[in-house]
Amino acid sequence: MRGKAMSLAATDAAPKDSLFSHARHIVAENPVTGIAFGLFALFALAALIGPYVVPHDPLASNTSAALQPPSATYWFGTDQLGRDIFSRVVVASRLDMIIAVASVALVFVAGGFAGIASGYFGGWTDRIVGRVSDTIMAFPLFVLAMGIVAALGNTVTNIIIATAIINFPLYVRVARAEANIRREAGFVQAARLSGNSEMRILLGHIAPNILPIMMVQVSLTMGYAILNAAGLSFIGLGVRPPTPEWGIMVAEGASFIISGEWWIAFFPGVTLMLAVFCFNLLGDGLRDLVDPQRRT
Amino acid sequence: MLKQIVRRLGTAVPSLIGVVIVTFLLTRVLPGDTAAYFAGPAATPQAIAEIKTKLGLDQPLFVQFLAYVKDLATGNLGMSLTTGQPVFEDIRARLPASAELTLLGLILSVAVSVPLGILAAVRQGSWIDHLCRVVATAGVSLPVFFTGLLLVYVFYYKLGWAPAPMGRLDFIYSAPDTVTGFYLIDSLLAGDFELFRAAWSQIWLPAVTLAIFSLAPIARMTRASMLSVLASDFVRTARASGLKPSKVVMGYAFRNALLPVITTLGMVFSFLLGANVLVEKVFAWPGIGSYAIEALITSDYAPVQGFVLAMAILYVLLNLAIDILYGLVDPRVRIEA
Repeated sequence: MRGKAMSLAATDAAPKDSLFSHARHIVAENPVTGIAFGLFALFALAALIGPYVVPHDPLASNTSAALQPPSATYWFGTDQLGRDIFSRVVVASRLDMIIAVASVALVFVAGGFAGIASGYFGGWTDRIVGRVSDTIMAFPLFVLAMGIVAALGNTVTNIIIATAIINFPLYVRVARAEANIRREAGFVQAARLSGNSEMRILLGHIAPNILPIMMVQVSLTMGYAILNAAGLSFIGLGVRPPTPEWGIMVAEGASFIISGEWWIAFFPGVTLMLAVFCFNLLGDGLRDLVDPQRRT
Repeated sequence: MLKQIVRRLGTAVPSLIGVVIVTFLLTRVLPGDTAAYFAGPAATPQAIAEIKTKLGLDQPLFVQFLAYVKDLATGNLGMSLTTGQPVFEDIRARLPASAELTLLGLILSVAVSVPLGILAAVRQGSWIDHLCRVVATAGVSLPVFFTGLLLVYVFYYKLGWAPAPMGRLDFIYSAPDTVTGFYLIDSLLAGDFELFRAAWSQIWLPAVTLAIFSLAPIARMTRASMLSVLASDFVRTARASGLKPSKVVMGYAFRNALLPVITTLGMVFSFLLGANVLVEKVFAWPGIGSYAIEALITSDYAPVQGFVLAMAILYVLLNLAIDILYGLVDPRVRIEA
């Protein structure tokens, strides 16, 4: 135990440039991670400047051009109200990213802190946090999210909160395990001997050390957060029409699938899939970078 | 063995208590002031106070909780405003449809993913290994409602191999006599093969959608756990003793590799029960998921609470069943207990 803690402390302090060369090595070995980075940049760009560069107004309906298949004017076709699907898909990326980033940030702070505290202090803190996590895990997660949004009210904020809550146990588990193996590490004991308060050790010494592992968790759960939010809006929770959002756009196109107008649901669905795919690949790549032993 | 099952039943009790507390809290939060909600927008303060007394909302929280537990114990989940039926009856009537779909999806998924995982591990680095990796990564990225719509487009609109996604049976057929509530089994029990065919033609597409969704974790876990077992000493000894490769893989390695796969099933069920809601919406499947969605849209909250509670209890029971199965597959667990 002591030996493991010591060696961990040593790897935690690895020099930066070796990390970069390691990163280059991983991208070279696995070009898919590079593609994922490219896709991620594209989504980030769409979220940042999308609303200013799209060719059509995402909310403007034009009934004379309704239900048109993809063409040079309408790259992804138009929906039943004649709105341009390409513009809607691009503009929607901002809302979808905001939901995903906000919910992941929320659970990163709350779940991360609860997990570190329960791993570091043990005892009652650990028992209470563990009990809360277990209770959340006793539900099928998407069903719990539905229940939470139904109870708190049908808004985007509550979708963010519900998504954060169902991810809570995952963050607690990782943070707890990582904090637990470091609680008696040399640098922690040194910090304690120098008279640091427990809270200061927790936030100033342990938290920075487990940050890399937590970042992996962030990118692994980001894809799930997007899927979850889109699933909730697909069944009519949170986002309301005519707001462009991928899940609700797929829902709007669903009734046209059986009459052959595939493009209304297809393009938002594919974009959603690519976003999730991109975050999952990024998460795998980051994990290889931070924690090579857990590669499968 | 029996003693052990009883002990495992005991471990489910804290989960159940947690579930009941959370659903109670959801009822209290929801939707704002419950009494004002039931009284309607034009109610006077006096009417609201009256409803509060009637619903017991002026009682201390603990007393309200006891009343809630008593209601649950007697199967009273409130009335659905939309169907005018008790929620408990509605859920009981619709549960078989959901269960049939979920179980068939799981069976299809296991039938594909376990062999795929085994082959990927045995022939590590071959095309089937790469296929397994692609399936595993793509499977977790596909939004289940989107997969469902794509399959509808291809198999209903383009190829015409599946009927329109409109529920469990075409309207020209009537449901078989209820024995299990599963149309596939009930139609066979009644000896009506045409009805079986009709039920099968409706169910296979949504079941495949669910299967695609749950392939990934099972295939990934089977592969990883087979790989570690194949690298172990007893497999090397079995090989060195000249046993046939099929005997080594299926007889020795697979049985040991099965344990982590069974543990993964718990997580898979969590995903499946959630995905089931979305698939039911896509295929207009008359199960408890679409019941909850209809209720959500009309702000009819009693069915939603009943649905969340029913799903959670179902999930706790499934996890319990998985634990017991684990004990059956792994004799060591039995000896230690």
